[in-house]
Formats: sequence, structure tokens, C-alpha cells
Amino acid sequence: MRTFAIISMLAWRNLWRNHRRTIVMVSAITIGVWAMIFMSALMRGMVNDMVRDGIRALPGHVQVHHPDFRDDPSILNLIPTSDSVLTAAFSQAGFDGWSSRVKVPAVISSERESRGVTLIGVDPALERSLDAVGSQIAEGRNLEDVNDGGVVIGRKLADRLDTEIGKRIVLMSQDPDNEIADRGYRIVGLFEASLEQVEESFVFVAKATLQKMLRIEDQVTEIAVLASDYRNLEALTEQVTGLAGENVEVLPWQKLNSYLGSMLKVMDGFVLVWMIVIFLALSFGLVNTLAMAVFERVREIGLMLALGMRPSNILGQIIVESLLLLVFGLILGNVLAWASIVPLQDGIDISAVAQGMEMFGASSVLYPALELKDMITANVIVLVLGFFASLSPAWRASRYEPIEAITKI
Amino acid sequence: MIAVRCIDLCKTYRQGDQDIKALDHVNLEIKSGGFVCLSAPSGGGKTTLLNAIGGLDSPDSGEVWIAGRRIDNLSKGELAQLRLTQIGFVFQAYNLIPVLTARENVEFVMQVQGVPAAERQDKSTAILQEVGLEGLEDRRPAAMSGGQQQRVAVARAIVSRPELVLADEPTANLDSKTSDGLMELFVELNQHHNTTFIIATHDQRVMSYARRLIRMLDGRIVDDINQQAA
Repeated sequence: MRTFAIISMLAWRNLWRNHRRTIVMVSAITIGVWAMIFMSALMRGMVNDMVRDGIRALPGHVQVHHPDFRDDPSILNLIPTSDSVLTAAFSQAGFDGWSSRVKVPAVISSERESRGVTLIGVDPALERSLDAVGSQIAEGRNLEDVNDGGVVIGRKLADRLDTEIGKRIVLMSQDPDNEIADRGYRIVGLFEASLEQVEESFVFVAKATLQKMLRIEDQVTEIAVLASDYRNLEALTEQVTGLAGENVEVLPWQKLNSYLGSMLKVMDGFVLVWMIVIFLALSFGLVNTLAMAVFERVREIGLMLALGMRPSNILGQIIVESLLLLVFGLILGNVLAWASIVPLQDGIDISAVAQGMEMFGASSVLYPALELKDMITANVIVLVLGFFASLSPAWRASRYEPIEAITKI
Repeated sequence: MIAVRCIDLCKTYRQGDQDIKALDHVNLEIKSGGFVCLSAPSGGGKTTLLNAIGGLDSPDSGEVWIAGRRIDNLSKGELAQLRLTQIGFVFQAYNLIPVLTARENVEFVMQVQGVPAAERQDKSTAILQEVGLEGLEDRRPAAMSGGQQQRVAVARAIVSRPELVLADEPTANLDSKTSDGLMELFVELNQHHNTTFIIATHDQRVMSYARRLIRMLDGRIVDDINQQAA
């Protein structure tokens, strides 16, 4: 410890002995760290967008269904407990948001076209807290209450059906006795979503109106609950299980949409791999810089050893030199990443490749997400792996025989 | 008291297909406060002997004793500690650390020894004054002449009052005037501080300052002259 001051001073001064080399190396580390954090923010932004859109299309982070509903999402697989009992229980639970729904496959017909859709009967008051796709009304109005006689469809679906607000459509499904259940609705609103597929697939009507049409009084097919943190759902899932009654399946969104769930995990791994790949490229420069610095100072190192400095002090000096380079690069890289991401947080328009992005479920505006954990990961990777990368030249320097080093030409 | 004792030292180097005997059964005793010159033509073994005495090189056989302690069988760490605390070195060239100022170079050994900053400052100021470098404390080696650099090296070698100073061709890169100045400084330090000096050289002017002159040839001591007596 007593030699730390002299080691640090020597490391610092040696760093600036060859300004150009140090500046090039610090610049390389800065750009590498920036690339790690910036690209992670873009990837996180894309995944967050996909997850957010995916959850809004479901919507709800934890959902309750009949155990067979996921395999056969029909009216036959209703939640056994009545809607009023469930409402009484869930209203008291203090969730950030929740809603009960009737969700069935249906056919929608306009005067000209018919299409298969997912028909969802909602309570508009409860849905507002969930920020579901249907609540983003682009034209017209939203559903007003559970007895509203109108229907809200996606703008794209309206185009497909060649219809518009004010016109009537017919929705047809089947009741629990396998009889045709249908009803005419007037289009009162058009919603927009970031994915066209969502606009074409979902049709929203009032819950009580749909229950009457399907002849399932006071029963629902789905309960959706909103979480404050969409990644950590274990406690919430447990709480919902306690409230949902018997013979139901309570699942978090990752299991309801396994593609999105696994995408999130894959992206975590991808970010880590990306960071390590960037560092490996950097490490060649770092090792080369340190090896050159050691090679240029062989006689000086020999002199210090001859004067009584221990090999461990030489090792420490080279490592401190490496860490100083890394710390400079990290500070500048973090600042640069922050400075380049913050102005882009209102979104980057990638509409030129929007169709391709939609294949992955991402929208045409990318919102970079600068996450503290990614910054910490990048910093830890650079520092820890940088430390190990500097060990080789540092070890070589400390192994010199003083007299051989002093006389080295 | 005996400062340095070498018993039957042998050291052989391999050069191509040939074995070169750098030290050939060298026996030597130097008393504390001695001022000794080792003289030999190039390849005569003087630097090898100096390095063996300083713990920088290990002999193939024989024993080296410094101040009553055998050092040829010490570990690297123990040798580093010995060099740090008991021996001062002045080399022919590359004597100073280029990124440190004259004062910092002088303080380097003390700093590694763990001497407090205030004490280091006092000692380095005094020693730099003693070697005639007052006012140049904050200059880096590149901004000093060869003679000034050697004086800084001497100051560093003696600042922590080692029992033994080993100097390998200390005047090789200096002009005659500067060489005389440096040797007078060595003599003065030897007399004032009773420091033992062993200087390897083939410069006749340097040899004339020594009280004892040891001549070597092909790794053997061929002459040992007490010049004071002569």
C-alpha cells in the first residue's frame, strides 16, 4: 500500500508519455463503450416496444382463463365463478388496473366483406386503466358503458370491410349451446394501433351487450390485471390466483405470449454477447498498447527492479495504467452514450423499414431505452475483462530480470 | 568490519558455442568505508562481479556476503529488499526514470521504502544541494546534461545512506571535467558518510581516485593494489 502513490504517479505520467497513442486508445474504448450502450438502448427500445404492443394487444400482465381456454378460446370455456363475484373480489384488491372481459372468436360482416376477428366485450370504465388497444380512439368515440350498443373496430379493418363510422356491421359467433348468436352493431369509433395486424384482428363491444348476445349472463372468459413492473410478476400472479377461485388458469404474459417472453430473455443474452464481442475487439488494442508501452520501457523497468522495487509493484503499475485508460474511456463512453440517446428518446423514425420491423412485431418508431443495468453491465465488462486483458503484458513486465532488462538494446 | 566478501565466485556465460568464464574463482574482501576500483578490459568480469555483489546476478558457485549476511541464496523478494535498503546503484546509462523530476528520482527509493513525505523532501533537498543541483529539482532528466543526470543518480544512490554504493562505469558518458567533479563528490561522500564505494571502470582518471585498485582479467583477480600505501 505504501508504494501505491508512486505506482499511481508513474502509471499516470507514463500514460501521457505518448499522447497520441493514449488518445487513440482512449478514443477506441470510448467508441466501444458508446457502441455497447447505444446499441443496447436501441435493442431494449425495440424489445420494450414489442412487449408493450404485445401486452396492449392481450392486454394485461396477468390473466385468468378457464384451463382449456388457451387451447380452445370459445364460449364453452367460461370462467366458472360469476362476473359479479369476481368484480367484488378484484375491486378490493388494490391493483393498478384490472378488467373482466368476454373474448370469443367471431365473424364480422359489412355490406361488402366478411372477416374473422376476435370479439371482445369490455367494461369501458375498467379498460381505461389498462391502456388497451381499443382505448386509443382515432376517430369517433369510445364505448361509454357496459350496455353501449356500438362497436369499435380498427381503422385497417374498416378499410378491409369497406365501411366507416355510422354504418352498421353484423357480428356473429356461437352461444354455449352451439347455436348461432348474432347481432347488428353500429360503428361508433375507429382505433389505431402501431401494428396493422392488431387493427385488423380486434373488435370491441360493450360487455353486457355481448353477454346478452351470447346468452351468458354474468359470465366472462378472461380477467386481466395490470402490474407496475411487467418483468416481475410472481407475487402478482400468486395474489390473482388467490382471488380467481377454482378451476381457472392464472398466467403471466410471458406464458400467454411465449414468443414475447422468450424474446425478452433472448435479448438479455444478445445484449451481453454484443458487449463481449465489442470488448474482444477492444482488448486487442488494449493489450497491444500495453505491450508496446512495456516494450519501450524495458530498461526503465529493469532500473526500478534493480533499485529494489518488487515485481508485484511493476505488475501493479501496468495494471493501474490499463485501468486509467479504461476508466477514461468508460467515463467518456458513458457520457457520449447518454448524450446521444437522450435527444433520441422522442423516437427514431424507421418507417423506411417499417414493414420489415412489423414482421418482428415492432412499430415504425423506435424509442431507445437507456437502462441503468445495461450501463452497469457495459462498465463492469470493460473493467473486469480489461483487467484480465492487461494481466499478460503486466505479468511479462514484472518477470524481467533487472540486469537483463537494463542492458536490453 | 567487512562490507563485502566473495568466496570462490564462479560465473560462466554461454556465447554461441563457447563458454565464457566471466568470474573464475574470485575471492575478495572489502572493508566498510572502502573506496575500491575494479578495473578490467571489456569482458574482464568487473560488471559481472559488481552485479553479483549487488544481488542483480547470481553466481554459478561460490558465496557472496554483504555486511555479514550471505546473499547468493536469497529469494528475488529478499534480494529486492536488500538492494532497496542496503545498496545504492549508479549505472553507466539509463540511470533515471524519465517521467520523474530530479527530486522525484532522488525520492524514488525512499518512497518505495515508505519514508514519510516531509522527511523525503528534507533529505532530497539536502542531497541535491550537496551534489550541486540546487535549483534543478523540478527538471526532468531530458532537460538536464549527462553530468547533471549522473549527479541525480548519485544523489539517489546515497540519499538513504546505504552501506554500499556500486557504480558501474559512472563516468563513461561524461567529459573529463564532469568526471572529475563526480569522482570528487564520491570521495567526499565516502569520507563524510563512511559509505563503501565499489566502482567498476577502465578509466585511468577514475582509478587514480581509488584507495584500492583491483585489476581483473578473464574473470580472475590479477592485481590488488592498495594505492594509499603506494
